[in-house]
Amino acid sequence: MEIFLQQLVNGLVVGSVYALVALGYTMVYGILGLINFAHGDLVMVGAMTALQTMLFLMGAAPGMSPLTMLTLSLAVAIPVCMMLGYTMERLAYRRLRNAPRLAPLITAIGMSFLLQTIAMILWGRNYHTFPQLVSTAPLQPVAGVFVTPIQVTIVVGSALIMAALIVLVTKTRLGRAMRATAENHRVAALMGVDTNLIIALTFVIGAALAAVAGVMYASNYGIAHYGMGFMPGLKAFTAAVLGGIGNLGGAMLGGIVLGLVESFGAGYIEHMTFGLLNSSYQDIFAFIILGLVLIFRPTGLLGERVSDRA
Amino acid sequence: MKRSVVALAVMGLGLSLAHAQETVVRLGSVAPLTGTISHLGKDNENGARLAIEDANAKGVTIDGKKVRFELLGEDDQADPRTGTTVAQRLVDADVKGVVGHLNSGTTIPASRIYNQAGVPMVSPSATNPTLTRQGYPGVFRTIANDVQQGGMLGKFIVGSLGAKTVAIIDDRTAYGQGLADETEKAVKAAGGKVVAREFTTDKATDFNAILTKIRGVKPDAIFFGGMDAQAGPMLRQLKQLGIEAKFVTGDGGCSPEMIKLAGDAINATTYCSMPGLAIDKMPGGPEFRTRYKARFNTDVQIYSPYAYDAATAIIRAMQAADSAEPSKYLPALKKSNFQGVIGTVAFDDKGDIKEGAVTMYQYRNGAWSPM
Amino acid sequence: MNELASAVPWLGRRNPQAARWLIVIVAIAAPLVAVLFGRTWVRVLDFALLYVMLALGLNLVVGFAGLLDLGYIAFYAVGAYTAAFLASPHFGVHLPFWIVLPVAAGFAALAGIMLGFPVLRLRGDYLAIVTLGFGEIVRIFLNNLNYPVNITNGPQGINALDPLVLFGWDLSRNLEITENLSINSLFLYYYFFLACVAGSIVFIQRLQVSRVGRAWAAMRDDELAAKAIGINTRNLKLLAFSLGATFGGVAGGLFGAFQGFVSPESFSLMESIAVLTMVVFGGMGNVAGAIVGALILSALPEILRHLAVPLQQTLFGTVLLDPEVLRMLLLSLAMILMMLLKPAGLIPAHARYSHVEHLKRHGVSR
Repeated sequence: MEIFLQQLVNGLVVGSVYALVALGYTMVYGILGLINFAHGDLVMVGAMTALQTMLFLMGAAPGMSPLTMLTLSLAVAIPVCMMLGYTMERLAYRRLRNAPRLAPLITAIGMSFLLQTIAMILWGRNYHTFPQLVSTAPLQPVAGVFVTPIQVTIVVGSALIMAALIVLVTKTRLGRAMRATAENHRVAALMGVDTNLIIALTFVIGAALAAVAGVMYASNYGIAHYGMGFMPGLKAFTAAVLGGIGNLGGAMLGGIVLGLVESFGAGYIEHMTFGLLNSSYQDIFAFIILGLVLIFRPTGLLGERVSDRA
Repeated sequence: MKRSVVALAVMGLGLSLAHAQETVVRLGSVAPLTGTISHLGKDNENGARLAIEDANAKGVTIDGKKVRFELLGEDDQADPRTGTTVAQRLVDADVKGVVGHLNSGTTIPASRIYNQAGVPMVSPSATNPTLTRQGYPGVFRTIANDVQQGGMLGKFIVGSLGAKTVAIIDDRTAYGQGLADETEKAVKAAGGKVVAREFTTDKATDFNAILTKIRGVKPDAIFFGGMDAQAGPMLRQLKQLGIEAKFVTGDGGCSPEMIKLAGDAINATTYCSMPGLAIDKMPGGPEFRTRYKARFNTDVQIYSPYAYDAATAIIRAMQAADSAEPSKYLPALKKSNFQGVIGTVAFDDKGDIKEGAVTMYQYRNGAWSPM
Repeated sequence: MNELASAVPWLGRRNPQAARWLIVIVAIAAPLVAVLFGRTWVRVLDFALLYVMLALGLNLVVGFAGLLDLGYIAFYAVGAYTAAFLASPHFGVHLPFWIVLPVAAGFAALAGIMLGFPVLRLRGDYLAIVTLGFGEIVRIFLNNLNYPVNITNGPQGINALDPLVLFGWDLSRNLEITENLSINSLFLYYYFFLACVAGSIVFIQRLQVSRVGRAWAAMRDDELAAKAIGINTRNLKLLAFSLGATFGGVAGGLFGAFQGFVSPESFSLMESIAVLTMVVFGGMGNVAGAIVGALILSALPEILRHLAVPLQQTLFGTVLLDPEVLRMLLLSLAMILMMLLKPAGLIPAHARYSHVEHLKRHGVSR
């Protein structure tokens, strides 16, 4: 039982991070119909920028409290990612809005690799130690389950952010404008919504979420490197599809479910397949889930919300 | 006859400023100069380079002519395919001997290419036993192989650490898997019980799922066959999950980088193994370390003494046979017997180094100290 | 051939006959020029030809049928590993290559159909991700299927594959013509690959003008209209997938025999994306584009690798951008810039069957 609960906790932590990243994917897809492959790499940029800030602060102001350092790093990482998200949209994706289907997709892939390459040039290829400013010493075990403060921070923090996002989208004017644009650009424009601005804002908000997710991810594992965003990004997209693309609640649910599946899968697959498959197959669970969902329930768990194209 | 004509023509075309009476002999060095273990790769290349520079400074004469050695350093990115491409490139560039590669996964396929071309190869760090069991006459290594290392690890874990139950993880690379398999055999032979066998990859960062599974079987010790880039984070997560087993890893994790990546999760219950002797216990170790630091302005990582001796073995064999041609100096290389930095360098009939000692290290006071 | 000839800059339009001869001469003389810089460049040309085959195959899927396949390299892997299973000491089976190559092609085609069946009704973006997943799944299985039962020998890969033996001619050994003259095996491989590529080009061009080709063009232009006139789009997509996969499989078999060694690391996502970039960069949907894209983007990183390190050493004293970084930079920039500036690629595909084209060709200008 204790193993089950611990795997549950592991899955929840990873799932929360996936959920945060999946939100960015799903918002952009809902509004533009574009899978922004580069979104996962924004996660990496957030983590690396925060790392750089922390290293600078540790050198310049060694007496600073860890919490202040973390807040300041986030205060630097989030705007950097937001600017990067805005630049990508403005320079690349806006021009391709009416291009045939493949063009924006291919550009997004290219963008993703460009970000990774630039990170490789700036920070090198080796793994960097990420300062774990929120403690990683496990708290008192409950029912044999070990949880660390950083993990609690991640789960609670993600939940708060997601709740805030839902409030933003459902209860504010901006949110209404976003939902309207997501449903139908042209009609929204007719109704007086500045669709270009809304689309840019969607990218920017998604980027901010990615930055936070990046810092959380790096804090949890204590390492950061140039390639850390790509795979989690892909898995987060799978989570978004799992929950129902374009659907915010779906992205959150999908993220958590995917995290749990990966955790339980790696833990129990040997039992389930009588030793034929083992934990070395952990990475492909996400893809298998994706395949199954798309074949059997293509609209996702909670149903998708994509704009109607005239 | 034709070969040496072509060889000399190539050398003449080469970018070296050939002295009228001086011949240039090219040796190759291959290691991952980029990537997650680039620090180890550069270390290897530096070791070989130091040996070449020493030989040039001393002045070596082969076949009556003064010889200048030149090192062609190549990057195989720890990728088997790049490794074979690079090996071909070296063969095409007419090198007379190769020090390399670093990873077993790249050395083994590359050795086939060197064998086809008749170029001898001495590896300073590839430990997978298969390398010397392929039957190629020109393949050597200056480091103990994983049969010896795994054997030592198994005995250590069950014997010295007193662990009755052991969990084994490997990173699914040629090196990690090979070492883990040998260690598993040795643990069982020493009377220990392997209660879990788990796998990850050489790019993973999240080990929570498999570590939780391992926690469920409560092993006394956990062995990880893989590199420092994974061992460090793994140690962190072990601590986060409240697992109190002793942690043992192989030579891939026996580096200063591992200590950095593990942060404050590393303590005196962390051990690693290294084929060969501790650098301070090596006959030429302390002096090598000082000279290396002075020349390259960085510390010795792991394998540079072995690379130094590998290059020296080739050079000495050429001197003994009075020829830089592989077909002529290969027999002399086989019969190598000299005191290098690491101790006595002599190869057995398979190409493994004869005195394949393995040292266990424990983490103490911020560094690995030999036990 | 006409299409290739007209793609030659400047000469193509003015004198297609001369352009055709130019292409033939360049193709035959290329390795002779390359060897002046070193034998290793002939090896680069050999690999470039393999990439050309891959690009031609992917072009069928992406360019002709309009399906974005991000896991194309999996078919390459299937071909290479089939060759490894059937012609190496791993299982002790040593079938001759004229059996191995068709079997490799067959398995790849089968894999293409297996993949194609469930995913063809998916939207373009989902198709991309699912095919990416397929590519990764294949690679991970190849890496791990050595425990508990050793099928693929895992991360160590399979070594010592049998080389190509053509009518008793072992291509991996230099060909002795006289006592002092021998043709290096790299040249032999080059001309053999060149023949394979030429055969592929002929096959694809025949396909383009056939019913299937025209149906593909219709499907790509407007799927709904194509369905409306009775074209079975699902079967056509499946056909595109499996034909593209077949090319990948054949290229994989050749690759295995040439390199003599296969390991899961040669078949990563990065390679899939590299081949996609070649097709996109050169020009989707046309043969000349795929060839040009493949040649440029497989040779350029090698040239850069050769020049970049010494150049940076002399200019900056240290290496800022190592060759692998340069390759990734080149590929990503090629993709982004081409999509932004010239989405049709370097050599745009001509609308072969449009009414306007027809009129132009028959002298009635508009």
